[in-house]
Amino acid sequence: MKILLIAESREGKILGGSYELLAFAEKIQAESVMFLVGGESALPSYPGKLYLAEAAAVGEYNPDVHRELILAVVAAEKPDMVAFCHSSYGWDLAPRVAYALQAAQVSEVVEVVDGTFMVPVCNAKLRRQVKPATALVVVTLQAGAFGSSEEPAGTPTVEKISATSAGRVEFVGYEQAAGGGVDLGKAQVIVSAGRGIGKPENVAMVAELAKALGGEYGASRPVVDAEWVEHNRQVGTTGQSVSPKLYVACGISGAIQHLAGMKKSEFILAVNTDRDAPIGEVADVLVVADLKQFVPVLTEKLKAR
Amino acid sequence: MKILVCIKQVPDMESKFKIDSAGTWYAKTDLAWRMNEYDEYAVEQAVQLKEQLKEADITVLCIGGDQVKETMKKALAMGCDRGAHIADDAAAGREPLQIAAMIAEYARDKEFAVIFTGMQSQDRGSAQVGLLVAEMLGLPAVTTVVQFAYDAGTVTARRELEGGVKAVVKMTPPLLITCQLGLNTPRYPTLPNIMKAKKKELLTIPAEQLLKVEARQETVKIAFPEKKGGGVVLEGDVADLADQVIKILKEKTAVLA
Ligand SMILES: Cc1cc2nc3c(=O)[nH]c(=O)nc-3n(C[C@H](O)[C@H](O)[C@H](O)COP(=O)(O)OP(=O)(O)OC[C@H]3O[C@@H](n4cnc5c(N)ncnc54)[C@H](O)[C@@H]3O)c2cc1C
Ligand SMILES: Nc1ncnc2c1ncn2[C@@H]1O[C@H](COP(=O)(O)O)[C@@H](O)[C@H]1O
Repeated sequence: MKILLIAESREGKILGGSYELLAFAEKIQAESVMFLVGGESALPSYPGKLYLAEAAAVGEYNPDVHRELILAVVAAEKPDMVAFCHSSYGWDLAPRVAYALQAAQVSEVVEVVDGTFMVPVCNAKLRRQVKPATALVVVTLQAGAFGSSEEPAGTPTVEKISATSAGRVEFVGYEQAAGGGVDLGKAQVIVSAGRGIGKPENVAMVAELAKALGGEYGASRPVVDAEWVEHNRQVGTTGQSVSPKLYVACGISGAIQHLAGMKKSEFILAVNTDRDAPIGEVADVLVVADLKQFVPVLTEKLKAR
Repeated sequence: MKILVCIKQVPDMESKFKIDSAGTWYAKTDLAWRMNEYDEYAVEQAVQLKEQLKEADITVLCIGGDQVKETMKKALAMGCDRGAHIADDAAAGREPLQIAAMIAEYARDKEFAVIFTGMQSQDRGSAQVGLLVAEMLGLPAVTTVVQFAYDAGTVTARRELEGGVKAVVKMTPPLLITCQLGLNTPRYPTLPNIMKAKKKELLTIPAEQLLKVEARQETVKIAFPEKKGGGVVLEGDVADLADQVIKILKEKTAVLA
């Protein structure tokens, strides 16, 4: 079994997901080779063979060209599997590569069982077991599903590759998230509002509870997208990662992208009307209740102490 | 300009799911259905593009059984001009490659300048269909778009990356965009528009006419994940619940010292 790992770098830095690919290869006991669009000044700690294309030459985001490069490596190495992170880089590239290779693609794999893959369905309320019918398989791996993203040891044997085509998408540059505002990372207690709050007026209720607990309030993405709460309070993959002493999730279902930003919290309390909400998987305590009734009562009782 | 929007009908994720008799998908009974959240942004962006251009024609496409027409009507009421319903009672069991192949087959000779899809479906969630359609039609494509602008024949889009960073990209139509949450603010259909939508064309095409590829993967089974989190579940009167929670927080955390 041989696997091609598609590592990632952004603005010259290796992204942690790259090492999760390595953990995955070890888990399924596969021999691996790695592909990276990056730079020689920041090589991944990887004790194997690395096909390296210079980002300065081919661009960090250039799907047409990255696909061609990966296809060339596949032709040379003939792997049985190509693994990407299920990340903005991976999910953008994997279907293009799988299509060109006429390979089955299984997205967001969380486990491998006897050559089949387990993937989440319906916000992780269900799990599907998938069996590919092609010899070559392309997978994307859910962030955090396979081992830690700690750096392994080792220096790769580098083989440089390059491309001549230009690609049809022009990459102009990056835009950083606006900084400033609250630093959720410093808060001991974070009480977050999810879509379950129902209307913007109810943000106040959540903020009140946060205050009564001596903490800050945060939010899940839909609440931020609706502009009920500013982006610097968003918790999750595309917001902030936090690990307070206490995290209270009010009306938050517990999508993987939200969990990724808060599951390391020391103690997690969830308030949800849905007993089966996936947040229950990480919560120390799940209160099955309407937050609009429960939260004000809890706040009052805390204040009265 | 001709625009195509692909939408999927999905169950409300707060539903109580059951497994179907074949054991390979959720049972379709007793569920509330809605438009895939990501696709609402796709429809809205298509309508905004039409409003900007004044002259454009938007086709909304959906693959599924007869019941998906309800969701298509919402898209028509939001401002799409016509519907293409690909009738397929077995759609839930198709793999992304087959769904994409049907869309591509439908779109092939229709010269759509921009195709919008969702970034992923909320139930299946493969995040593949959009890109596969683009590959099949030979179009450039960008995924996870949170900002879209069309000006003088060029599309400028912002892709969302981890940590809230965005990548700014440019390309020229024909092209495909997969829409991420927050791309815009999807409108609510107004009553007059709901009435108007009833008169819009909604063509049904049998899946057999368009489906020409074999699945490359199969679902062995679907199951509820084992509960790993051993957390406490509390139910009952809210005042009692609040007392219990305060007691637990005092015992288990240092925040109520
Ligand atoms: C690439 C990508 C990145 C993303 N990044 C993030 C991110 O950084 N952060 C993030 O949060 N999400 C992110 N998301 C979105 C994520 O997938 C979910 O859509 C989102 O987290 C859902 O937010 P929610 O739980 O508030 O809403 P929902 O999933 O709609 O859940 C609402 C919950 O509220 C409960 N509820 C309803 N009414 C009540 C009530 N009265 N009382 C109590 N409970 C109630 C419901 O049972 C439900 O569980 C990302 C998605 C993608 C694809
Ligand atoms: N049955 C369907 N009918 C029409 N479009 C679909 C269908 N399934 C998926 N799509 C489109 O493909 C996108 C990605 O879906 P998926 O690959 O399943 O995550 C969705 O957001 C829709 O735009």
